[in-house]
Amino acid sequence: MSASIEIQIIAVLVAVACALPGVFLVLRQLAMMSDAISHAILPGIVIAFLLTEDLSSPLLILGAAAAGVATVALVELLRKTGLLKEDAAIGIVFPALFSVGVILIARFAGDVHLDVDAVLLGELAFAPFDRVVLGSIDVPKATLVMASILMLNVVFIGLFFKELKLATFDSALAATLGFTPVLLHYVLMGLVSTTAVGAFDAVGSILVVALMVAPPAAAYMLTQRLASMLWMSAALGAISAVGGYWMARWLDASIAGSMASTAGLVFLLVLAFAPERGLVSRVRQQNRQRQVFARDMLLIHLYHHEGLPEAEQECRVEHLQDHLRWERDFAMMAVRTAKRAGFVEDQEGLMKLSDSGREQARHALVHI
Amino acid sequence: MDILTELFTDYTLRTVALGAALLGISAGALGCFALLRRQSLLGDAISHAALPGIALAFLLTGSKSSLVLILGAGAVGWFGSVLIAALTRRTPITYDTALGILLSVFFGVGLVMLTFIQRMPDANQAGLDSFLFGQAAALMQRDIYVILAIGSVILLLTVAFWKEFKLISFDPDMAETLGLPVRALEHLLTGLFVAAIVIGLQTVGVVLMSALIVAPAAAARQWTNRLGVMVLLAAVFGAVSGVSGAVSSSMAPNLPTGPVIVVVVSMIVGASLLFAPNRGFVFRKIREWKSGRALRVDAVLVDLYTLASQHASADYPHSEQVLNVMSSMSGTAKRTLHLLKTLELAQPIDDQRWSLTPAGEERARRVIEEHYGGGA
Amino acid sequence: MTTDHAIPAEDLAIDVRDLTVAYREKPVLWDVDLQIPDGVLMAIVGPNGAGKTTFIKSVLGLNTPAAGSVLVHGKPYQKNRSQVAYVPQRGSVDWDFPTNVLDVVTMGVYGTIGWFRRPGAAPKAQAIKALAEVGMESLADRQISELSGGQQQRVFLARALVQDADIYLMDEPFQGVDATTERAIVELLRALRERGKTVVVVHHDLQTVPEYFDHVLLLNVRRIAAGPVEDVFTEENLRATYGGRVAFVSALMARKGE
Repeated sequence: MSASIEIQIIAVLVAVACALPGVFLVLRQLAMMSDAISHAILPGIVIAFLLTEDLSSPLLILGAAAAGVATVALVELLRKTGLLKEDAAIGIVFPALFSVGVILIARFAGDVHLDVDAVLLGELAFAPFDRVVLGSIDVPKATLVMASILMLNVVFIGLFFKELKLATFDSALAATLGFTPVLLHYVLMGLVSTTAVGAFDAVGSILVVALMVAPPAAAYMLTQRLASMLWMSAALGAISAVGGYWMARWLDASIAGSMASTAGLVFLLVLAFAPERGLVSRVRQQNRQRQVFARDMLLIHLYHHEGLPEAEQECRVEHLQDHLRWERDFAMMAVRTAKRAGFVEDQEGLMKLSDSGREQARHALVHI
Repeated sequence: MDILTELFTDYTLRTVALGAALLGISAGALGCFALLRRQSLLGDAISHAALPGIALAFLLTGSKSSLVLILGAGAVGWFGSVLIAALTRRTPITYDTALGILLSVFFGVGLVMLTFIQRMPDANQAGLDSFLFGQAAALMQRDIYVILAIGSVILLLTVAFWKEFKLISFDPDMAETLGLPVRALEHLLTGLFVAAIVIGLQTVGVVLMSALIVAPAAAARQWTNRLGVMVLLAAVFGAVSGVSGAVSSSMAPNLPTGPVIVVVVSMIVGASLLFAPNRGFVFRKIREWKSGRALRVDAVLVDLYTLASQHASADYPHSEQVLNVMSSMSGTAKRTLHLLKTLELAQPIDDQRWSLTPAGEERARRVIEEHYGGGA
Repeated sequence: MTTDHAIPAEDLAIDVRDLTVAYREKPVLWDVDLQIPDGVLMAIVGPNGAGKTTFIKSVLGLNTPAAGSVLVHGKPYQKNRSQVAYVPQRGSVDWDFPTNVLDVVTMGVYGTIGWFRRPGAAPKAQAIKALAEVGMESLADRQISELSGGQQQRVFLARALVQDADIYLMDEPFQGVDATTERAIVELLRALRERGKTVVVVHHDLQTVPEYFDHVLLLNVRRIAAGPVEDVFTEENLRATYGGRVAFVSALMARKGE
């Protein structure tokens, strides 16, 4: 397998592994926890490294997961005092932990390649060089690591789908039903930490944030159902990964940076063009809405004055502006829309309801 | 004493300490408004989002001067904040998600630009790297002037628009009904915020600047209930952290400035949460303990009185064991009885039994009247 | 009060025509007409989601209607700001904000102090006077985080009073206050009416509508009925407003008949 393919596989694995827990972070309005945890796990990694003196020890992942959980616990602790709001607690805890990590590195591991740069930035291009051989299979270590983590995430979310769904959308109810949303929360954050540390080597913490937040956010614009959101985020993440890789090839730039940029681009495109909730669609809906309101108000007005002596006056176009004080554009739009739908006939300036118009007027009266 | 003289004589130390102090002041002050408006993480997002601005400024001008890079960072950071406002206002995307997207995507774009710069013949990326992690040691006199100038403008504008900023932070709807240009004021406040962040990037670095925004303000909030005092305190905390960081890292080898500043300010937060009067944990525990103690005193007094009322006189003694049984509170009555002795509300008759003094009787009667409306 | 467009807008405190406000695709207010004359004490009632708060905000220009117009004494709110004062729901601010009672009330006159100036003695004196009207002047330098619900409500009221407006718009001022405060607020509203002010209140408690108010608007996205309480606050109208909750409406009317 060429290095190019291997890299893309790793990229897709990372993207999908990140997208899954990311969906829950976004839905619970905890998107910034991805950033907090990505940074706060540093001391966990460093301490584990100092204990094992081995950069490829699995203890590092455990250390990271522990640090991630500790972060969440600290934030909760601070929040419970009532003296700090949640966002402030997050903004204090993770830089403190990260700083401790950086200081530890500088003091005790300065000469080893536990480079903060690498933690933050990572470089996928080097991944194929760090290989692992299992029997007859020879793969980059990153592939193995990320595939395992992805499996872990998939299994967890699959097993606890119902509970996660309930805990995310109605945690009060979940608690009364007897299972602990709190425990789920901590496990979820543990998964986020594990995914982050697994991905560091390859892509660095910033990209982890991008892949955990942007594809789920885009998926959120496309669907409101949890299952759909999960697979759409995975798909959009994978697209960002591959797209980013080729962008990096083309520009000869950092792969991680390109993937993050592509994730952003994908998000923007979805934001603009999503059916129903996208910006373009919304603008069209709003225009249509305005027309429908105007038309229905005109129909109701005509309906109320039908057959009455004042109808001669009240049902004239000019009258709408003078007496009802409708603005000219608004009045014209109402008339146009009503005529176009066949609800109103214009008999020398006097507007009359058609049968369908009358029915629509009655419908509008009842249904709003 | 050594350190203090060094502070004044060592050019580098003096410069770095001064720079750190200045940015600590402006970050601390503006951070108060961010904290109160639940925008504590905005600093983190803008710090990261500023990277492409720095890269762009260098690409366009070829200059690595502080001022140019800061302006670039500020412009893009500002743009980022506008995007966040637009996203949250006009789409279903929530604030935290918008922050996360801005932070990571912009930073990613910045990384891509950095690789271009890396390839330019004369480019030495070291200057730009310092923005990522802060290289306080690279601060020069010239840079201090830039920080000082921008910092002063920030503080001046904050004072000028003080009451408006306070109102839009507390009740923006009200501000709007009063006719204030709320949108414009919010943009101004955010602009000052962006400025406070970007002047600190060189010294503290992208990752840690957000702490300098949040932590001094959070600490200051514990000590006071007045906005003005809070802002001043936050500025002081910010400055102290800045200087401590600069000094410590100059003393010890292998101690980078940015992280030390953050550790110092985090400790200030911790200390504030523990020891601040009123809100602090220690004070709360003491208060609880005191009020718990008062409750126990009254409870035992009333018990003694009630027991005695079944006998001839109010000072009829009863043993500690009986009191323990009667009591609904946890723990024994022993300590409370000794306290009562000190307060001269009760006295031991022998080594087992206690009785009320006249004063104790009086107080017990009062408590019963207050709580049980006269009957006993 | 019919949809009688014969009264010129300038003589009406509030003149609402065809007001339609939508959020996303759903109408929150649809084709609402309402003429409120000066000097009334009017309740706005309706079920949750009926658009009551949206209505108030439309008068204040705090949202953009899809159609229709709102005039205050004949002009849009922005041109007649000084004539209207607003008392928002208590939950609309964070009471943990570091400021005191006097400060909050003084904010009511920030509009008149001008840029770059600090509130001087005059605005502060006005604030103290307003606080006295609601019985809170002894708590002037109390931190707002230490206030009870009733006290918070009084602070908001004082902040409105200090503006010396002609029209007062209030959003659920009786929500979650103790009985004493409730009585005090009712007194205040009546005193305002005595002085010829117009008071419009989003009210959550149907029981007390006939007792506290002289006019009422029954709102459920559309205007169901509006006018003097005796004429309009009928079982039929209430049923039309609140939908199928017949039992509670009947009980309410039975009590009203006592």
